[in-house]
Amino acid sequence: MSTATLPPITPLTKKDFQTDQEVRWCPGCGDYAILSAVQSVFPELGIKRENFVVVSGIGCSSRFPYYMNTFGFHTIHGRAPAVATGIKAIRPDLEVWVATGDGDALSIGGNHTIHMLRRNVGLKVLLFNNRIYGLTKGQYSPTSELGKKAKSTPFGSLDRPFNPISLAIGAEATFVARSVDVFQSHLKETLKHAAAHKGSAFVEILQNCNIFNDGAWFSLTERDARSEHIIQLEHGKPLVYGKNRDKGIRRKPDGDIEVVQLGNGISESDLVIHDAHHPLPLYAFLLSHMETRPGFPTPIGVLRDWNDLPRYEDVMNQQIADVIAKRGAGDLAKLLRAGDTWEVK
Amino acid sequence: MSTLIETPPVKHKREVIDRAVIRFAGDSGDGMQITGSQFTNTVALYGNDIATFPDFPAEIRAPAGTLPGVSGYQLHFSSSDVYTPGDSVDVLIAMNPAALKMNLADLKPNGILIVNSDAFTENDLRKAQTKTNPLEDHSLDKYRLFSVELERLTKVALEHLGIDAKSISRCKNFFALGMCYWLYNRSMEPTVRWIDAKFKNKPLLVEANKLAMKAGYSYCEATEAFQISYEIPPAQLAPGFYRNLSGNQALALGFVTASQKSGLRLFQGSYPITPASDILHELSQYKDFGVMTFQAEDEIAAITSAIGAAYAGALAITTTSGPGMALKTEALGLAVAVEIPLVICDIQRGGPSTGLPTKTEQADLLQALFGRNSEAPIPIIAAATPSDCFWAALEASRIAIKYMVPVIVLSDGYLANGAEPWKIPNVDEIPAFPVKFATEINGPNGYLPYKRDPQTLARPWAVPGTPGLEHRVGGLEKQDVTGNINYEPLNHENMVRIRAAKVASIVQEIPDVVPAGDAEGDLLIVAWGSTHGAITAALKSQRAQGRKIGHVHLRYLNPLPANLGDVIRRYKTVLVPELNMGQLLWVLRAKYLVDAIGLNKIQGRPFKQAELEQKIEELLGENSQ
Repeated sequence: MSTATLPPITPLTKKDFQTDQEVRWCPGCGDYAILSAVQSVFPELGIKRENFVVVSGIGCSSRFPYYMNTFGFHTIHGRAPAVATGIKAIRPDLEVWVATGDGDALSIGGNHTIHMLRRNVGLKVLLFNNRIYGLTKGQYSPTSELGKKAKSTPFGSLDRPFNPISLAIGAEATFVARSVDVFQSHLKETLKHAAAHKGSAFVEILQNCNIFNDGAWFSLTERDARSEHIIQLEHGKPLVYGKNRDKGIRRKPDGDIEVVQLGNGISESDLVIHDAHHPLPLYAFLLSHMETRPGFPTPIGVLRDWNDLPRYEDVMNQQIADVIAKRGAGDLAKLLRAGDTWEVK
Repeated sequence: MSTLIETPPVKHKREVIDRAVIRFAGDSGDGMQITGSQFTNTVALYGNDIATFPDFPAEIRAPAGTLPGVSGYQLHFSSSDVYTPGDSVDVLIAMNPAALKMNLADLKPNGILIVNSDAFTENDLRKAQTKTNPLEDHSLDKYRLFSVELERLTKVALEHLGIDAKSISRCKNFFALGMCYWLYNRSMEPTVRWIDAKFKNKPLLVEANKLAMKAGYSYCEATEAFQISYEIPPAQLAPGFYRNLSGNQALALGFVTASQKSGLRLFQGSYPITPASDILHELSQYKDFGVMTFQAEDEIAAITSAIGAAYAGALAITTTSGPGMALKTEALGLAVAVEIPLVICDIQRGGPSTGLPTKTEQADLLQALFGRNSEAPIPIIAAATPSDCFWAALEASRIAIKYMVPVIVLSDGYLANGAEPWKIPNVDEIPAFPVKFATEINGPNGYLPYKRDPQTLARPWAVPGTPGLEHRVGGLEKQDVTGNINYEPLNHENMVRIRAAKVASIVQEIPDVVPAGDAEGDLLIVAWGSTHGAITAALKSQRAQGRKIGHVHLRYLNPLPANLGDVIRRYKTVLVPELNMGQLLWVLRAKYLVDAIGLNKIQGRPFKQAELEQKIEELLGENSQ
């Protein structure tokens, strides 16, 4: 695009996306970092401010729209994907982001989450996962670990948790990524990848709740140990991790994967090369399961980014355009007089 | 086709009558709904006034031949006004013993009874839980019984076509239809056209159905079975073009019209539910009008997607029945709080819970009025007849947009599936209600999303994508004018009162009620919804006997018309007939402190005219002055 012929535009800045509303998250909440990252990324997307819509459900994370100086809609618990689907259906040109949490998206709104993903509605979904119910003051969530002692589970939770990434891939999401609230640059890069995706982009953001679940992701964020527990995925690069980048993920003959120590005849060329663009979700699903297996790292970054599926709002509007092209635009008088009619004189 | 429909010279007696009620009854798989609707279409096209009552089970195919599997279609047609499908029937077509058993009580003494005698084997009788064969035990002596071997005669007529036995058997309803066309001296031409279109790609079925119908017609002619046929001349309807219209079709056409008249894209979010699904089926055909239909994953997504579409600038609707309304409750509150236009259609059915999915009831009125947490008033409009659903949809859309509110339209199973002639309006005479979205900043320091129109109290509608009008809305309590989150006690009270005042102010749209019948007198009937026809018929009959009765049929149930209280006080007694336990009655007693009396029927069926007349006579005395 040539900029020479366009009138000069003052580029948007982070400040343009901040509102005058007092931010009411607890001091030290991971949500501040996510808000800051989003406010930094939005001005870089080349989209007019009035074309952004931020939609949320209920929960701490869902206060997000009030702090974004865009169009914003704070809806009801779990329903943000459905509201956002309605917006996109009518206005496919808008850039619609959904802010949601582990309870909002995976418990009360689980149905809408999976159906939005299977339809591939062009929404960017930020799932703030702190593995706890914060706004209702500390009950376990659908991502809390088995045995979690919380307000409603003094003897430990009996529920096996959802892995949000596995769930999204299972619902055939076309873009699935994960980042962490405190990894600001990684988070911003991940958000930019999500923004560039056409269809549904599902981003799980591991987030700390320092009031009700402090250290929710301690083993991943703790400075000394994090490189041993996290593997950063990059498309086209081998799956290497570790403080000394001395561990990797290798395919086994049976199709499964294993962790290997580099050296002693094993080099990076033996490792899996990350392919986020594969049309099938099988490999991404395998990666998403690593963290549940002993000795495996937790993946962050873009697990899956497959761009060949049309967006739901586009096929919806295309179908209408096709019918109009075939039948011509509807004539109301004709419609009312359709079928068998008779005249009374 | 001319040879098929030519009326042979009349050898039998033909009698001209004013009206008739006919009911087709058979197994769910016997095609009774198609048979009934074909007969209806034909007499409507001829110019009779009509009212229909399709009555079918919730099961798609209950075990064949059993009592729960019986499906019926009743039609009342006349050369003068028709208000109801008729209390009792002149002609009953019973395709099997179960259909006979379930419907015989409604056949008038000396009425015509056509039965498919091939379906009265011992096995058939056992499935219908009938001990003796009614065709042989003289239990039918008081009717004019025509025992016809529908199965065998259809087979004889079609066997040369070389189609399978099952397909032949499925044509026997058209044999019966042909007989009825002969009986009422009606042309087969409209049904011939329908068969041609319906089985366009199956020439053998076109041939089979036409032949079966023709065989039924010829059978009557050749055997002189009935000895008499009837002629019901066209009704004197107001001049104009007419079509036959059901309530659900009318709603769909009403919303397309509202879309065109408002200039807004129509968005329907819906989840299939009986008896509302036909609205989705209808609207999904109108993509050439830009109509966007979205079959959501559940009732909640159906309404919330519609809320999203409305937020983005569409004329958004969601259509459902009582159980779906219950699921939409929380989202209705959101629409109230964010003050966004939305139309919700509740096609009521028998409840509670799953209840009677295919049967009619009016028991969602209080749910519509109050079925939300906290103070969440919503305007309500009720349709009175099938074709009135068109106008109800249009009016609800207009009010929703003008006042920036969700509006509930109440219809029911009886209106949804029932049909009547509709005088097709001139499109140009329907007023437009173009929408003006907000485009300008309306405050000194920026856009104020809750700055209201002083007359309607509506807030501006600023759709995303409008430069400079970026703002936030949501379900949290907000400050008026700015829309900022606000939890202050007095602000909350102020906002609750504003939302209530806005809905109350819609009364300025509502014409004063003018009672039908007597403007004052002994009895006022106040009612709403699908009871309109039966009450109109009862009123006419009772007033002809000299009783002083008025009838107010409420289209607007919230807010109520301004003069309703005054009108109520002009009568000695107030009767409120409803297909529920007394919901409007409850509202009227609470609001007007009137000792109104209820007439309540909760049987999944509409009122009969006689039931209403009996109640009127009970209240006013048997003998009129």
